[in-house]
Amino acid sequence: MLDDTPRFAKLPNRPGVGYKPQHYSDLISDAGDVGWLEIHAENYMGSGGRPLAQLRHLAERFPISVHGVGLSIGGEGALDPEHLARLQHLVDWLNPTVFSEHLAWSTHDGAFLNDLLPLPYTQATLTRVADHIDQLQNAIGRQMMLENPSSYLAFEESTWSEPDFLREVANRTGCGLLLDVNNVFVSATNLHYDPKDYISDYPLDKVGEIHLGGHDEDEDDHGRPLLIDSHGKAVVDPVWALLDHTLALSGPRPVLIEWDNDVPDWPELHAEASRASTALAKVPA
Amino acid sequence: MIVSQTEFRGALLDGARERPIGLVDEKGRAAGRRFDVYRNNVAVSLTEALSQGFPTIAKLIGEENFNAVAGIFLRQSPPASPLMMHYGAGFPEFLEGFAPLQHLGYLADVARLELALRRSYHAADATPIAPDALGEIDPMQLGNVVMTFAPAVELLHSPWPLHAIWAYNMQGGPKPQAVAQDVLITRAEFDPMPYALPAGGLAAMTALTAGNPLGEAAAIGANSAPDFDLGALLALLLQGNAITSISITP
Repeated sequence: MLDDTPRFAKLPNRPGVGYKPQHYSDLISDAGDVGWLEIHAENYMGSGGRPLAQLRHLAERFPISVHGVGLSIGGEGALDPEHLARLQHLVDWLNPTVFSEHLAWSTHDGAFLNDLLPLPYTQATLTRVADHIDQLQNAIGRQMMLENPSSYLAFEESTWSEPDFLREVANRTGCGLLLDVNNVFVSATNLHYDPKDYISDYPLDKVGEIHLGGHDEDEDDHGRPLLIDSHGKAVVDPVWALLDHTLALSGPRPVLIEWDNDVPDWPELHAEASRASTALAKVPA
Repeated sequence: MIVSQTEFRGALLDGARERPIGLVDEKGRAAGRRFDVYRNNVAVSLTEALSQGFPTIAKLIGEENFNAVAGIFLRQSPPASPLMMHYGAGFPEFLEGFAPLQHLGYLADVARLELALRRSYHAADATPIAPDALGEIDPMQLGNVVMTFAPAVELLHSPWPLHAIWAYNMQGGPKPQAVAQDVLITRAEFDPMPYALPAGGLAAMTALTAGNPLGEAAAIGANSAPDFDLGALLALLLQGNAITSISITP
């Protein structure tokens, strides 16, 4: 264990970036506007070597958000007890500032599919997701935040809206929420609703962290835009505008730039963080 | 219509299967290409994981062939856990049984080398013995020295010029000659490095890792190859910070 209590009690209401090893020395020498870092839990589940050594150094300087991408909280089957134990071990060792995971599934029948797969918003899903979050929060001994997905399609069987579903999960489990504004924009475009309505319905008082990222553009079978959450390019202007809209309603929050594919050099990533810093500066505290 | 995860998963990995009914757009029309986004995400992300995990194989057979082979492998062997750092443990055996690549008999061993490099990269840290620790042992006792090795140390046996194939493709080394090469991987700090073991080296290392004293291991090495060079092996181990403890058996 590195510390008994987290070295940083909360994420600052500043920009953070998804940590990529190629930015290690830039971050250590001058992080500029970047006030915290997020790591993908599953990349730090080896026994040693460079990943853990770098993380140990970074955790001395930055608040760390641990973001799980592999627990399959929405899975129909039981949570993988080995993976729960690995998460518990990582959180015990690192003592990060926050932990978050996704409203999605990725594992079924022993196969991990390496994608965040969609869920129908039904009573059965609600019960299962709430049970799994209880289990996780008990295992890691702390509150987690649950992130809204990007949607490319809907389930006929759904009976809840996504914001209502997330609010109910949070009420039942006491978990916090992570709001991915790019995901809202992607889902709203793909399923033809107003992203501002979604933000208005979202329980912003439970939001402890905001995500921003880039997306790709494709078309559906009817020639309409189909946006794909790719985390492979800069955040587009309408998503920055939606961030301004969100922050005006929520007040300042920690804002993360996610750039996981075709990772740019540090100056380009830092420029995105600076833009988030400018957006945050406009919000009354 | 209720869509189960069994049905979703089945259609995800098998492009010939119908897309699940009950997945729709906002007007209630069949999801169509919208479902294919998930199919594509899964195939592309797993192919990328394999290509990052097996860069020498990708170089040997070319990107296009690699992606085709990966596409078959990932459908029959999707990851068994979310630890992508270990994905592809079954890839060497898959390559051995994959008829179109039978003429490249060394591929499976190259894949084993790349898996071992990844294991070594993520292995637990360990403190090596001081560089002069062996020199401080009474020469009369040297044959009784027992060693333990860092978790990052890996040994591979191959009938192929395994190290030379790796070095030729990844380090611009000379063209491989037709000789068998066993490989030792050490991780001096954070970066694992493969080395060709001297003749008899694998036999001696196998004896040492089993807890046999140095004298016995040297005899086993010499038995396996008359020109076995214990000094060369020890130099490799010391330079790679591979030895974590030495003690003298009574």
